[in-house]
Amino acid sequence: MEAIELERVTLARGERVVLSEVTLAIHRGEFIGVFGPNGAGKTTLLQAILGLLQPVAGGLTVFGAPPLRGNPTAGYLPQQRASVADLRLRGWDFVASAFCGERWGLPVYGRAGRVAVDRAIEIVEAQGLAARALCELSGGELQRLLLAQALLGAPQLLLLDEPLLSLDPHFQRAIITLVKRIGREQGITVLFTAHEVNPLLGAMDRVLYLGQGRAALGTVEEVITGPVLSRLYGSPIDVVQVADRLLVVSGHGAVDADAHRHDA
Amino acid sequence: MPIATMLEYEFMRHAFLAGSLVAAVAGAVGFFLILRNLAFAGHALSHVGFAGATGAVLVGASPLWGLLAFTLVAAVVMGLLGERLRGRDVAVGIILSLALGLGVLFLYFYTSRATQATAILFGNVLGVDRQTLWALAGLTGVSLGALGLISRPLLFATLAPELAEAKGVAVRSVAVLYLVIVAVAVAEAAQVVGVLLVFALMVAPAAAALRLTTRVAWGLALSVLLALGETWAGLALAYWTDWPTTFWIVLLSCSAYFLSLLKGAGGSASRPADAH
Repeated sequence: MEAIELERVTLARGERVVLSEVTLAIHRGEFIGVFGPNGAGKTTLLQAILGLLQPVAGGLTVFGAPPLRGNPTAGYLPQQRASVADLRLRGWDFVASAFCGERWGLPVYGRAGRVAVDRAIEIVEAQGLAARALCELSGGELQRLLLAQALLGAPQLLLLDEPLLSLDPHFQRAIITLVKRIGREQGITVLFTAHEVNPLLGAMDRVLYLGQGRAALGTVEEVITGPVLSRLYGSPIDVVQVADRLLVVSGHGAVDADAHRHDA
Repeated sequence: MPIATMLEYEFMRHAFLAGSLVAAVAGAVGFFLILRNLAFAGHALSHVGFAGATGAVLVGASPLWGLLAFTLVAAVVMGLLGERLRGRDVAVGIILSLALGLGVLFLYFYTSRATQATAILFGNVLGVDRQTLWALAGLTGVSLGALGLISRPLLFATLAPELAEAKGVAVRSVAVLYLVIVAVAVAEAAQVVGVLLVFALMVAPAAAALRLTTRVAWGLALSVLLALGETWAGLALAYWTDWPTTFWIVLLSCSAYFLSLLKGAGGSASRPADAH
């Protein structure tokens, strides 16, 4: 059984078609880097997998079943972060709020909950951060806690929506290494969206590149090429290799240089 | 008058009971108000309630229910407008000025009740009658029950709204339901400290609690305990000095907040400058 299967899936946001008749399959345990320009459909695809968005056409299955909102086997690190960064609340409590947070009642977690939260914090190596207040943490440290939240409930699928945004290279490497290790150790299928290909070069199994309603899924050598990207961007693109780094260049300069301008 | 005789008077017993019922709700609800950055919304709701209270007096109904009716409607409207209200302080301020203005008009038409105005604006916990006491008990039960029921998804949706949405929490509905609970809390708090000073019971204790602890459970408990303590001490001081209860409660709650700032100042470190 594949982790995620798309069979001629069309996704739309209101009037705008984001993905058109896309067919692809992601295997269990794969680490997939998901790329594409803003508006290409990275977040939309993740939301469809989470059951937050219904495909307009086609069949989308997650571990053989239709996507279910609130699916416990899917861990999610969303892109838009609420302004919790200013709260004087303990990191541990922040992570714990996501433990069965959808259930009614009081926010008491019981023994099972405490063990699960401690375990998630341990996996992301954030024990020192858990006792501190959110307002005292840096962006990279807060990201670890968000990752811990995503890992609660031992998911088989991890969907990370631009986890590298506004992190400096040191923290980017740390998060990628962490996610790669967790994915390998626990056999978790990972979808990791980003703007820059290079940080993920050593970690990805395959690349999923979205653009103009189309998708290309394959190895780095197969997908990060001039012809493939030109088709996806709808304008001439060249891929240049400098040492072991890839530079994606359009007629207007490096493509990813604009990537960080986000209307977040 | 010596404090020992305080509880021999029925009006004082009523005042302590009413104050306790209100403080418990205000403390608990106020905690989430701070977390959700809705302190101003709580303030605005009480002003809208003023028009309801004075309108009720004009038609001969109980000001509490008039207040509650208006705050409930305003809460639902606020909840449905949701994100569109964020940063719209001017719009909200204009609405509540309008409400206050309307309230003044209603009072003008009912000229023989100047004391009623003071009571609505600044509270009248020493004048709580049995009927109001029962009403407060009922409202406290309902609001604390409802808050207890939604507190888990509410906390989740407050701290991680996108993740909560993905996990199946009806974030919008929880938000509206919470604001309805706030409306009830505001109506209750107004009975003790009046419409203008609801902030003192609903925001100050919770804000102080969050400066004294970073744990959710302790913060919630502390918020309620502070609100209760400030109300009881305020009543005792009012009995002893004959000065207004509202004044004492406000003084105590604001002092507690300032004291909590002193404690917090030592502990909060600036964010490390590495990632960005």
